[in-house]
Amino acid sequence: MDFSEFAGTVATSIDDFTTYLSAHFGLVFDSISTVILGIQQPLATLMTSAPALLIITTVMVGGVLLGRLSLAILSGCGLAFIFVMNLWAPAMVTLSLVLTAAVVALAIGIPIGILIAESKRLNAVAEPILDFMQTMPPFVLLVPAVFFFGVGTVPGIVATIFFAMPLPIRLTAHGLKMVEPEMVEAGEAFGASRLAVLFLIKLPLAFRSIMAGVNQCVMMSLSMVIIASMIGAGGLGDEIIRSISRLQVGRGVEAGLAVVVLAILIDRITRRISEKVDPTA
Amino acid sequence: MSTRKPAIEIKALYKIYGGNPKVKLDRLRSGACGPDKGSGFVALNNINMTIETGKIFVVMGLSGSGKSTLLRCINRLIDPTAGQIVVNGQDVTIAGKKELRQIRSSMIGMVFQHFALLPHMSVIDNVAFGLRVAGVGRKERRERAGKALELVGLSGWDNRKPSNLSGGMRQRVGLARALVMDTPVLLMDEPFSALDPLIREEMQQELLRLQSTLNKTIVFVTHDPNEAAMIGDRIAILLKGEVVQEGQPIDIVLSPASDYVRDFVRGIDVFKVLSAGQVMDAVCPPMELANKPISEWTKHLSKDFVKLAPDDLIAPYLDELAKEQRALIVVQNDGTPVGTVTPKSVLRALAAHSSLSGSTPKMEKPKAADTTRANAAAERATQ
Repeated sequence: MDFSEFAGTVATSIDDFTTYLSAHFGLVFDSISTVILGIQQPLATLMTSAPALLIITTVMVGGVLLGRLSLAILSGCGLAFIFVMNLWAPAMVTLSLVLTAAVVALAIGIPIGILIAESKRLNAVAEPILDFMQTMPPFVLLVPAVFFFGVGTVPGIVATIFFAMPLPIRLTAHGLKMVEPEMVEAGEAFGASRLAVLFLIKLPLAFRSIMAGVNQCVMMSLSMVIIASMIGAGGLGDEIIRSISRLQVGRGVEAGLAVVVLAILIDRITRRISEKVDPTA
Repeated sequence: MSTRKPAIEIKALYKIYGGNPKVKLDRLRSGACGPDKGSGFVALNNINMTIETGKIFVVMGLSGSGKSTLLRCINRLIDPTAGQIVVNGQDVTIAGKKELRQIRSSMIGMVFQHFALLPHMSVIDNVAFGLRVAGVGRKERRERAGKALELVGLSGWDNRKPSNLSGGMRQRVGLARALVMDTPVLLMDEPFSALDPLIREEMQQELLRLQSTLNKTIVFVTHDPNEAAMIGDRIAILLKGEVVQEGQPIDIVLSPASDYVRDFVRGIDVFKVLSAGQVMDAVCPPMELANKPISEWTKHLSKDFVKLAPDDLIAPYLDELAKEQRALIVVQNDGTPVGTVTPKSVLRALAAHSSLSGSTPKMEKPKAADTTRANAAAERATQ
């Protein structure tokens, strides 16, 4: 039996649907572009135009303020390495992409996580969607992003947002569901409303899980932003792709190391921040 | 108050989990099926209770008997399947969301088994939690919470986190959190069972001390018969969601309604419930002394005497009784003597108690246990 015709029909109908969307909802995609660029552009300008020394010093002072001298030294060395390797500007662009994507993903993901935890019905709807998003290979996300937003920074960030969002949603919902029933009962028994229970009891007690989601979201954004260089997102990924096409192994490894350094720094700093502000500690 | 209205009235209360509760309820009510038959788990089966204002009402039962469910129905943490619960004249079973919050914050306080303190809040913020969600201003709630902490003996611990406190202190915070709301009713869900035995006894005394001035209506859930006997003005024993016996501790100890209750109360130290009024001889040997003033009673005595109220426990006087040092005269509130406590009268009361379990050979063991306990109580009395 030949199913090629059927497979063709599926592909065609998806094409038709996306064409329909882009034709009739252009305004929506335009405004999404505007918002994303409105965050990313100024951030990138600020970070690339500011003197490297200033940024390195700021991060190091931040490390000291967070109460970790080792963190300050680590970030100083790491950033200095990126600067010395002459990768400062693309690294800052990458960072701006990561921050933009992560902020948007968290701004959408955490509230969705809360809704899922509070409503069984929403949870039933969201579970398969989240499964779908999490098993989707990251490359596939680039296709619709390019279709709706063309090539460049915006589709890169949009694809990154979709890639990085499921985990904070899951971890937020998980943290809220794991709050001991007796804590919720205590709140209710003293006359707290549902919202009061959520904000005064559940969210503070779910803090650790939510922050684990934040950390993972930022880390996944970094890995996706590198992949998104294939559709012109820019930053360190560009360096890597360029070195692949020119067979410059050494340069590629340098850029790769810069990504690793960024990843380590982002991970340590977000973790330390969440430790520092943890209300349950 | 001279005419005491019951604080809590529970009428024909049912709670059924799973299955089709409505169908199961109809069948239960019509007697078409027992609670164990068919689908659905019957947690509460036709509970009827009247809880008097200012009394401690103990609900006792094994785990799974429905006692915690019953407690949670009173403030609707659990919605009953059918029935009515009236707290201070207000039917809580029909209250809407807003009304329910109002009832919870103004009428019914609660203390939890595992304390349920919020770990991210300081002690004083935990105590002030109910006031906060009720919209009381920061200054007033700090003040009131401070007073409540003082009441439970924890002033100065305001800004500590619950994790810095011992178990007993945590439950004191839990108690303060309930007391600060100034509610007439207090629900206590096995509040002391997670504590060490020594601390538990201390907290029981503390509760009785507080209750002697606060006069709240307390519904107290426990699985510990001795705790029930010590604290309760009345005790209800639950089995599989049904009340199998309800009454004063002494009634339950001396005349258990079923083998289940008998097994349950066997562990109770009788001297914790045996009061002077129950073990006295109602008359003093020269019969004509009835209704005579106390001077008439005492002038025949060759020794000193002690006056006891009918409610006083006799445990502290056992040693004196054994040595026959002083006479024990039971005197009513109005000053009229009503009887005397003698070694013989105590023995008679004990015999009545042990005859309940003494007829069959297999009951020999608990009888022995009873006497050792009596000895222990006597020893305690001498210390």
